[in-house]
Amino acid sequence: MTRPALRRLLDEIGPVDATGIEERVAKYTTRSIKKQSKVFGLKLAVTMVDLTTLEGKDTPGKVASLCRKALCPHPGDDIPRVAAVCVYPSMVKHAARHVKGSGVRIASVATAFPSGQAPLKTRLAEVRQAVADGADEIDMVINRGAFLAGELGLVQDEIAAVVEACGESTLKVILETSELETYDHIRAASFLAMRVLRPGDFIKTSTGKTSGNATLGNNQVMLDAIRDHFLDTGTEIAMKPAGGIKSAKQALQFLVAVKETLGDAWLNNTRYRFGASSLLNDLLRQLETQRSGAYQAPYTFSDDSSGY
Amino acid sequence: MPAKKSPAPKSRTKVRELLFGDLWEYDPAPESAPAHIDARYGLFIGGKSVAPKSKNYFDSISPRDGKKLSEIPFAGKADVDAAFAAAKKAFPAWSKLPGKERGKYLFRIARLLQDRSREFAVAETLDGGKPIKESRDFDLPMAAAHFFYHAGWADKLAFVAPGRTLEPLGVVGQIIPWNFPLLMMAWKIAPALATGNTVVIKPAETTSITALKFASILQDAGLPPGVVNIVTGAGETGAAIVNHPGAAKIAFTGSTEVGKIIQRALAGSGKRLALELGGKAANIVFEDAPIDQAVEGIINGIFFNQGHVCCAGSRLLVQESVADAVIARLKRRMQVLRTGDPLDKNTDIGAINSAEQLAKIRELVASGVEEGAELHQPACKLPKTGFYFPPSLFTKVTQSHRVAREEIFGPVLSILTFRTPEEAVEKANNTPYGLSAGVWTDKGSLILKMASELKAGVVWANTYNKFDPSSPFGGYKQSGFGREGGKHGLLDYARLA
Repeated sequence: MTRPALRRLLDEIGPVDATGIEERVAKYTTRSIKKQSKVFGLKLAVTMVDLTTLEGKDTPGKVASLCRKALCPHPGDDIPRVAAVCVYPSMVKHAARHVKGSGVRIASVATAFPSGQAPLKTRLAEVRQAVADGADEIDMVINRGAFLAGELGLVQDEIAAVVEACGESTLKVILETSELETYDHIRAASFLAMRVLRPGDFIKTSTGKTSGNATLGNNQVMLDAIRDHFLDTGTEIAMKPAGGIKSAKQALQFLVAVKETLGDAWLNNTRYRFGASSLLNDLLRQLETQRSGAYQAPYTFSDDSSGY
Repeated sequence: MPAKKSPAPKSRTKVRELLFGDLWEYDPAPESAPAHIDARYGLFIGGKSVAPKSKNYFDSISPRDGKKLSEIPFAGKADVDAAFAAAKKAFPAWSKLPGKERGKYLFRIARLLQDRSREFAVAETLDGGKPIKESRDFDLPMAAAHFFYHAGWADKLAFVAPGRTLEPLGVVGQIIPWNFPLLMMAWKIAPALATGNTVVIKPAETTSITALKFASILQDAGLPPGVVNIVTGAGETGAAIVNHPGAAKIAFTGSTEVGKIIQRALAGSGKRLALELGGKAANIVFEDAPIDQAVEGIINGIFFNQGHVCCAGSRLLVQESVADAVIARLKRRMQVLRTGDPLDKNTDIGAINSAEQLAKIRELVASGVEEGAELHQPACKLPKTGFYFPPSLFTKVTQSHRVAREEIFGPVLSILTFRTPEEAVEKANNTPYGLSAGVWTDKGSLILKMASELKAGVVWANTYNKFDPSSPFGGYKQSGFGREGGKHGLLDYARLA
């Protein structure tokens, strides 16, 4: 009898102990980040935000306002721009009008986001269209149905096909951790993706469309996988937790995990991103508090958040 | 921004490593809550703080910076006599108090400890050198938990053993070590009081401050005078307690060497004895273990409280097939451990408890190097004053090295390898100690097999250093006898009636 593909993969890459992972990440939350190191961390987090709107009700107007926020999060000389705006494929050309050439990149979810339940041909066509319209980055979802059915080869082949369809654009592979459920599954799916990705491509936790989002636990499993893959092959894969990271405090805890797991080379927005929108204003609010010594009212900051 | 992609040329020869540099340094984050330490303390006898009849005091030094914190009274024989007299006087009323009433005092003590936990945590860190995050997140909550747990038992003593009830022994003499000063005090006092005994307790010479501060909690709780008496001093004070004719039982936690002296002294005296002594625990990692979590457990097992833990996982036994992978990961993990000022909230490894202990660690580490083991220490800047030792590991250790046999009681891990489960058991049990062990494997049946074959009081599976007041703790062989915590711990402070 042949062992199921997932068991064979786990034998190769090793299992994860849930209690141990959660104990490890609890230590990140006790790190005390103060003064200059806090300011540095907050600004770093701003540069890592993929400012996102993924709603049925998105319009060119809404996207324009999102782009403006991405380019200028808050008045002041020292507030950096965010990394990217993240929109549906039909909004890519609208976003392009505002941010193309500005340094803020355009990311687009594709491949029948968020379920991925469409024929591969359709999903690939969607990717190609988004790239043609100007998407610098594509956020794809993996085929969770195939993964859970044990067809790991199919999952990996589909990712490889999307890599090809991306052309020059960066790819982010969404594992949808809440649907994979266990840390073993998350580790296995990370390796499936990383083995067909190019340096600088991402693995990403979630769509933000299910109840479970990025946690320090699944972030850690994926960071550990990235580290192991890098030490084995030399390929640097990037990471993007998405959904559920709403406060600056949480963002700093995720960055502590990066610092203590992957080190300095991953502390920049080509190697780490936050998929979030309401996070941005909390980062700005904390930065303003560090600068002025007083908390500002929420309405002090222009509001363009929706989505995650 | 990412460069435009082309398939990566894979480098096959370059040795890859991660860079844990200074791109994002954490600023100092010192805990600022006041510790409220008096310039001079008295002995706590008969519910009052009294000056020692010996008229002698000694300095308490903070290992953090070597500076004097306070003056501690030295209890001579006359002071110990006074403490026993007070405990004897308090015993009849205290032991006859309904269990429910005794429980109320214990609940009160637990709550007062919680109320003042930050203050006590800072005092514990200043006095003993452990990182503030450990005194804050482990020592204080656990100490309170022990009082809460035993408060619940006080009125249920008739239900510990079917058809029998528990009766107190009388006055118990207790001597505790310097590694968990307040927590060990809670482990000792709570079950003794719950079962109706009265207590004369002596904290360790280098860490008396939180015990003497604890006297104010006993006063605030309204505990009747004499139920708990706290005498401070050195070996001489301890000997006076052990040899006191008024002691019905001696409970000692500390070194095996002193434990043997006590056992000899008590022979034929009719006094009960419980000893919780040293350890040289094996932490056993099998090839199918979740490696990253095992590494985290190894780190936690040996570097918790600077390795000043009797159940520290100080001997790592790793299966040969994964030894290189485990060691590489351990070294990488050690790079992000932060050694330094224990009052800093980001410190993982604090100060060594005393100059004496530091000298002992240095001597044993030097012996390891001399005997041919390979020493690894990550680059780390240690504070210029105070007592510090970097986290260390020894590879190429064999069973006959001193670092594999003797308790170092410091942040030093000795790594040995094994080939089969049988060899792991043999090596793990090949020690005069038997306090604790750890097993790391993904296979449940192997855990159960190992747990039944390892001669250790506690066996942790896929975790390490986990404690609970309801779980009995104690050793085999030269790690001592008697149990603390749970029903077993209660029985050690009572006779069945």
